[in-house]
Amino acid sequence: MLAVDRRLILLSGLFCILALAASASHAQIKSADSIPQANLIEPADFADQLKKSAALPKPVILHVGFRKLYAQAHIPGSDYAGPGGDEDGLKSLSERVEKLPKDTSIIIYCGCCPWGHCPNVAAAFAKLKDMGFSQVKVLHIAENFGTDWVDKGYATITSP
Amino acid sequence: MTRFAAMLAALLLAGAGAAAAAEPPPDFTRADLNGNSVHLADYRGRVVLLNFWATWCGPCLAEIPVFARWQKQYGPQGLQVLGISMDDDQIPVQHFLQKTPLDYPVIMGDTALAKLYGGVLGLPLTYLINPQGKVEGRYLGGTDLSAVETQIKRLLARP
Repeated sequence: MLAVDRRLILLSGLFCILALAASASHAQIKSADSIPQANLIEPADFADQLKKSAALPKPVILHVGFRKLYAQAHIPGSDYAGPGGDEDGLKSLSERVEKLPKDTSIIIYCGCCPWGHCPNVAAAFAKLKDMGFSQVKVLHIAENFGTDWVDKGYATITSP
Repeated sequence: MTRFAAMLAALLLAGAGAAAAAEPPPDFTRADLNGNSVHLADYRGRVVLLNFWATWCGPCLAEIPVFARWQKQYGPQGLQVLGISMDDDQIPVQHFLQKTPLDYPVIMGDTALAKLYGGVLGLPLTYLINPQGKVEGRYLGGTDLSAVETQIKRLLARP
């Protein structure tokens, strides 16, 4: 009986350690919900802006998600900057923008998964702010790029 | 537009993410992460749950233990779960599988495979395929897994 109790206590302890480790690792991911509302742009508004501003200088549009998603479909004129959720992606983003004036209008987007679960946009946004960029907006993709952009019929470049 | 892509478009227009479509899913052959060949058509006669996922996708990681449990519970009755990772790189997937071994095959997805399925432009994305090899349901994003389980049980119970 005592041996069973000991095993239960050990198992409970192991479970607590695993749960703590999981929550610590989750805490490292910045939630997209942390991005101020003022820095968000809705897909419909941005698609409209892209159409209207055909003759004007466009913002720098950067995909900060995953290459396989970008390769399948992306916004025309957008460059792949690497996933904001990892160090290599942030380095690649920094290199892409380092020579730009700090007041450059930059739009970043991902759309890998539902907004609150995106591991990329908040980290990429924070990086650009840390670098001193003052005109950064994040495309607010609520569900995913397919549902909120491609299926709406907004301008898209798809893989051949 | 392929028949499968047309079927997906019809589903989207109908707003029916989990509606029965009864179209054959595109066939494919890929090696899984253990080096074994996975050919979708070989699973004809079984109910197949085809799950596109990635290690960076929180909702996907929440679903995987449920799919692993279903594989154990319903596998003997004819369910086969197949995982398709959309990670850019195989290394994080291998690390994940070392920590969380799965009793079903996992293959690396690619752009060509994603395109066959009408584009995998958001995760998680799961297809349910009946024993006759037709798509019974498509589930994108957060999904009520109890509804999927009910559907699986219904398909497994069919004579």
